[in-house]
Amino acid sequence: MKYFSLLLTSITLLTSEVSASEPADTLSAHQLGEVVVTARNLNEDIIPAQVLSGEELHRLNSNSVADALRYFSGVQVKDYGGVGGIKTVNIRSMGTNHTGVVYDGVELGNAQNGQIDLGQFSLDNIEALSLYNGQKSEILQPAKDFGSAGTIYMRTRTPVFGEGERYHARATIRTGSFDLLNPSALIELKLSRRVSASLSAEWVNSSGKYKFRYRRVNPAGELAYDTTAVRQNGDINATRIELNTHGSLDNGSWTFKVYNYNSERGVPGAIVNNVWRRGERIWDTNSFAQGRYTGFFGRFTTLNNIKYAFYRTHYVNNDDKQVKIDNLYRQKEIYFSSANEYEITARWRISASYDFMWNTLDADVYGFVKPDRFSQYLSVATALNLDRFKIQASALGTFIHDRIKGQEAPSDKHVFTPAVFMNGYPLRNKDFSIRVFYKQSFRMPTFNDLYYADMGNSKLSPERVTQYNLGLLYDHHSAVSVISAARVSADVYYNRVKDKIVAYPKGQQFRWTMLNLGLVDIRGIDITGLLTLNPWKDLYLTVRGQYTFQRAIDITNPADNYYRHQIPYIPRHSGAAVVNAQWRGWGLNYSWIYVGERYNQQENIRYNYTQPWYTSDVSLSKDFQLGSVSLRGLLEVNNLLSQDYDVILNYPMPKRNYRVTLTVEI
Amino acid sequence: MKTKQFFLYILPLLMVATSCRDDELVVPTEYEIVGDETTEGTVRGFYLVNEGNMGSNKCTLDYYDYHTGLYSRNFYAEKNPNVIKELGDVGNDIGIYGSKLYVVVNCSHKVEVLDARTGVRVGQVDIPNCRYVRFHRGKAYVSSYVGPVLIDANAPKGAVYEVDTLSLKVTRKVSVGYQPEEMEVVDDYMYVANSGGYRAPNYDNTVSVIQMVDFKQVRQIPVGINLHRLKKDRYNKLWVTSRGDYQSRPSRLYVMQKKPGYNEMIVTDTIPVACSNMAFYGDYMYYYATQWNNYTASNTITYGVIDVRTKEIVSDNFITDGTEKEITIPYGIAVNPDTGDILVTDAKNYVSSGTLYCFTPDGRKKWSVRTGDIPAHITFLTK
Repeated sequence: MKYFSLLLTSITLLTSEVSASEPADTLSAHQLGEVVVTARNLNEDIIPAQVLSGEELHRLNSNSVADALRYFSGVQVKDYGGVGGIKTVNIRSMGTNHTGVVYDGVELGNAQNGQIDLGQFSLDNIEALSLYNGQKSEILQPAKDFGSAGTIYMRTRTPVFGEGERYHARATIRTGSFDLLNPSALIELKLSRRVSASLSAEWVNSSGKYKFRYRRVNPAGELAYDTTAVRQNGDINATRIELNTHGSLDNGSWTFKVYNYNSERGVPGAIVNNVWRRGERIWDTNSFAQGRYTGFFGRFTTLNNIKYAFYRTHYVNNDDKQVKIDNLYRQKEIYFSSANEYEITARWRISASYDFMWNTLDADVYGFVKPDRFSQYLSVATALNLDRFKIQASALGTFIHDRIKGQEAPSDKHVFTPAVFMNGYPLRNKDFSIRVFYKQSFRMPTFNDLYYADMGNSKLSPERVTQYNLGLLYDHHSAVSVISAARVSADVYYNRVKDKIVAYPKGQQFRWTMLNLGLVDIRGIDITGLLTLNPWKDLYLTVRGQYTFQRAIDITNPADNYYRHQIPYIPRHSGAAVVNAQWRGWGLNYSWIYVGERYNQQENIRYNYTQPWYTSDVSLSKDFQLGSVSLRGLLEVNNLLSQDYDVILNYPMPKRNYRVTLTVEI
Repeated sequence: MKTKQFFLYILPLLMVATSCRDDELVVPTEYEIVGDETTEGTVRGFYLVNEGNMGSNKCTLDYYDYHTGLYSRNFYAEKNPNVIKELGDVGNDIGIYGSKLYVVVNCSHKVEVLDARTGVRVGQVDIPNCRYVRFHRGKAYVSSYVGPVLIDANAPKGAVYEVDTLSLKVTRKVSVGYQPEEMEVVDDYMYVANSGGYRAPNYDNTVSVIQMVDFKQVRQIPVGINLHRLKKDRYNKLWVTSRGDYQSRPSRLYVMQKKPGYNEMIVTDTIPVACSNMAFYGDYMYYYATQWNNYTASNTITYGVIDVRTKEIVSDNFITDGTEKEITIPYGIAVNPDTGDILVTDAKNYVSSGTLYCFTPDGRKKWSVRTGDIPAHITFLTK
């Protein structure tokens, strides 16, 4: 195994910051170019994001957005396995609740538990995925975007029509292991010179059945047990419909989106002794409508968003052996944001944003207090661009007011969080840059933390995070050399999570409450790299990779027997590598993901030890052109070496599995 | 090129850093020298079952041997390496009858049966959502939250299963109240504490009475809401605890006794203390209580001793050397029948190793040892 590890680690190294741009030649001719969003606001981010976009994103063997995020440095994905399994992400060990997820410019919310299940987001219609540590270092953005400790931006495809084009259409069908059937379709129409619309629809059906294996040997090497079983109750049946309209105006642009996701899923549950099947099911309906208007008036730019969202979750436990549960949760959200920027000089800009959000949660649970929450966000920011040196400073004030039924509401919360981002080019050319940021952020206790029957604690304060980051970037492009692009970045960071909301025991069996108890010290290194080669005529090679080191230790209380131990499910070492070759319409992609050893509970003892896992995924694609119709076939083999592993203890992952995709586009 | 140099430096570093996956080994036993050795008396050692958090499959068994003074942590897997996924998920009770050790594993829906001397598996009895085990005349009785017939799908009544200790087969079952917990047999009648925990806030408040001859529930005696512990003292009085509703109604301790001249148990006393668990030694009952206080956002923990003859509280703390400050959540209690040493477990935050404390009868800490997650139930092995 060691030689294999050597090979793979060397690939990991050749990693680099993920860049949006690739040599145009590697893109197939009919691919739609990326969209440059309107005229004037060309100010780059001070600190560039990690980005995966376009063809490159779709060549990765990924079922969902969560799978693709594993190629970003600093990200840990919690994956409960299978097509329908819940997948959440944690940026730089700060916790899932500190991760903002933005879908086409507006943050997705979940006031109930503060976590977004990224397994629900298909890559089918996603054009670009970006990850920002700290925040997007741009000053014209909603106040809320200044709030999270780290943010993932998902951008869907925007129609772009060439001369004389009136429509585009694309149909895709995927099938493979887990009895997967996943058709999707996209239609884009040019309605007038200024208005276009697109409709994207998708259906996913899978039994979620896959073989998994548990095997133990005794220290002498003799087999203790070896069992292979089929994962049960992991089925999913889901639909997604998304309607977008885009319009341009003389002085700006607007978009309007309607989104609906419906699913029925089995919850496969933990595999424990004597239990191989469970009876929990979840029905989700997530719907939202959002609109955006951007206007340019001389030196003044305005960006306005509005959103209404409705989430319905129906949870049923049908297990004869357990307590029957049949609960319905309904969340509503109304959101409005106005961001405004003024350019004082060509180098100096200021902005102010105001966001208002209203959330409510209703549940047919005994004693439920039906909370609702008014959140107001006010941010001011300024950016200075002195060519070799860029700086941005921002401050966000957050005001939260909760109401609950039949009881006295907790006191209002006011939190002030500043941030500073800087980037400089110390050398004569701009290949090499140094960046620094400092940021404070917080997360509000969720409705579950505060009000969940018997467990919630309405006295909770916000959980706070302070981040310090220092990074270097080397970014070299050359049109003539064999190496057409090389990027390497390295960031070191120090985060401190204070008043971390943790579950605290209340005496009797499994009774808990939530308290602001935890203190976590996080130190890490993110390294990314990208190398693009053109060694021979039509052959293009792209190598990218990331390596993450994290030391995230619990320093809450010296009396705890896990004091200064690595926090659960955070590996010290993790990484990913991708090698992609393109030759005359053929594409070959190899990707490798490594997650190092970690502990499944707070104490770093052998009973909590979880082995490293690494998977290799391979895909082969071929593009054809039949007149005006372009076709693509894609064959994927995931977990090529059929490793048996758990990401989360007792949630086994699939062995080797396959997927075939056929796409037709006109 | 700079990048190349960079790789040269980092490459060896990464090779050291990343490690490979090995074969998963059978979970090993850990030994610790406690040193409280004795060869006198009738007790050879004791077993402790650690519940383990739900879904973790970390129910484990520890054993302390008074002859060797050695504490064996998590011995099950090593003794029984061929059992798939080890002992199971959430242990809830333990008992020895004859030569066999019975472990009730709640979320694995089974009672695991081991040889009490060797810890080697004899078999298992599948009982859904099983809770507690007691023994009577060659039979094991296991309470279960799930009754034999689901009359009302939303509020199924619980049951007591009768298991033959030779064949390890379920021989009879009887439907009782809602979510039954502990039980005890007195004069051929079994008394079962019903909690109704799945029906909050409409908790059950009764003790079921089962006539052992025909294994029928003959009546239900109202006692208090959300009943949990039910133990008999040496005078065949029953001590029953109510968990309360965790809100306005506090935990309580009740005493049941036969009405003079009748064969019927009645509630004779309500002792105004909270009680989470108890253990008897001679005429004394040692108990502790953990009550959550919403106002201070902390647990109020009390330890006490009651004289079972007078039903008076004779001491409001059986720990006299201040060790109680180290205990986060007392979760199990047992008294060594030979020495009167008091064993108390600390479950800490439920998701890390607990601690087992041993106190002398006068309340001084004798020793403590690290256990598995949520140490809870103890049974003594006699010679």
